[in-house]
Amino acid sequence: MRIINTDLIRGKVKELCLELAYKMSDDLKASLERGRSQECTYLGRQVLAMLLENGERAEEQQIPLCQDTGMVFVYLELGQDVHLEGPFVGDAVNQGVREAYEEGYLRKSMVDPITRANTKDNTPAQIQIEMVPGDGARLSVLLKGFGSENMGRVRMLTPSAGVEGIVDFVLDTVREAGGNPCPPLVVGIGIGGSMDKSAAMAKKALFRPLGERSPDPFLKELENRLLREINETHVGPMGFGGEITGLEVFIEKFPTHLAGLPVAVNLNCHSLRRKTIEL
Amino acid sequence: MNYNPIKETKQDDKEEVIRLNLPLTDRQRSSLQAGQMVYLTGTLYTARDQAHLRMLQEIREGKELPIPLSEAGIYYCGPTPARPGNLVGSIGPTTSSRMDKMTVPLLEKGLKLMIGKGKRSPEVVKAIAEQKALYLSAIGGAGALYAGCITAMEPVAYEDLMAEAVYRIEVKDFPAVVSVDSSGNTIF
Ligand code: SF4
Repeated sequence: MRIINTDLIRGKVKELCLELAYKMSDDLKASLERGRSQECTYLGRQVLAMLLENGERAEEQQIPLCQDTGMVFVYLELGQDVHLEGPFVGDAVNQGVREAYEEGYLRKSMVDPITRANTKDNTPAQIQIEMVPGDGARLSVLLKGFGSENMGRVRMLTPSAGVEGIVDFVLDTVREAGGNPCPPLVVGIGIGGSMDKSAAMAKKALFRPLGERSPDPFLKELENRLLREINETHVGPMGFGGEITGLEVFIEKFPTHLAGLPVAVNLNCHSLRRKTIEL
Repeated sequence: MNYNPIKETKQDDKEEVIRLNLPLTDRQRSSLQAGQMVYLTGTLYTARDQAHLRMLQEIREGKELPIPLSEAGIYYCGPTPARPGNLVGSIGPTTSSRMDKMTVPLLEKGLKLMIGKGKRSPEVVKAIAEQKALYLSAIGGAGALYAGCITAMEPVAYEDLMAEAVYRIEVKDFPAVVSVDSSGNTIF
């Protein structure tokens, strides 16, 4: 049995929130650079160049990449042979978030849904703990801005809608969102399961390294096709029109009920701030 | 969307840079066209959801607004807190469509310039054309870059709203794209 003190989790959550807010990940940088070299509109190239420069300045001057430093999602995959000690893990995660947002001068965006009163420390984080075999522990953190979260969709398609129904739904979602979710986008898609399962898969898919494709040959093809068709919408960088609307499409699937075909689309803006580490 | 890949490919990156001082004259506004990139220098005011609600309330009550609408450009944003020693934190645009329902009364009261991100409702586009106003898009998610364009910042109203308060900001070479021009043409 392996023992992990939850104070380690608090510290790592804090560290990741700070790193993600200020530092553009290497895979995102490479992807934006590739996009810039492929974009053939003047405005599109200007936008992509500015986003890359934004990344450099943010890191150099320790200014957040985007003023919407997001809602925090924390995923903890815990081995069955791990024993946690110390303060309750949920409190430890929220304490890490609190410290990062206060000490890092990040924007506190969490409010009561009805009164709109701000919780003043960006908590609570959305925490998901999953048990896995073995004694490993893996921590994933996502800072999600709401310009893009607001444009996500879940639809309960009928089974007869099939693959074409899924493709149409994804493309409609991207087109209707236009410039609001700050394209170029990373698109997470969950197919199957239930309403909530599809949405959870769509979000979790955003953690996949940019450039990687699904190991499932059919999904891999569908990812390639959707990326191509998303770019053919010509929404373009920031919705100004152009070639590069999507950077990546990541699809996850899960068996569903014979009477249903749930599909969720989670749009992430170009400011993709997520990282996974092993504890 | 007026997107023509073949025409666009021919443009080069040496396109003429348009620099403008704020407030814009009627003539400057009417000469700008959807799709042009401009660099602004001068005064802007920040306002987003809650500040808009309060301004509308003041209009209904016949009170004077805290900002001079006819010369004021409104920048829809909610920055991060500044680090000690810094003027401002990350300060990119927020989604404009959330302000759509509150925009027409401000245009009718003389507002001429708005900056945010994403498209506007047909009602707002129509009112922009009627009032010969202008809507620009700033580059969403480029908050650190925009921080470098701000040379002064002070709160002018609704300070209790914190990040959502109205601030007067001085900007220098602030990049934005004409997205609804004064004839009502849009880039989206
Ligand atoms: S959608 Fe993303 S990049 Fe755009 S403002 Fe929101 S968090 Fe920032």
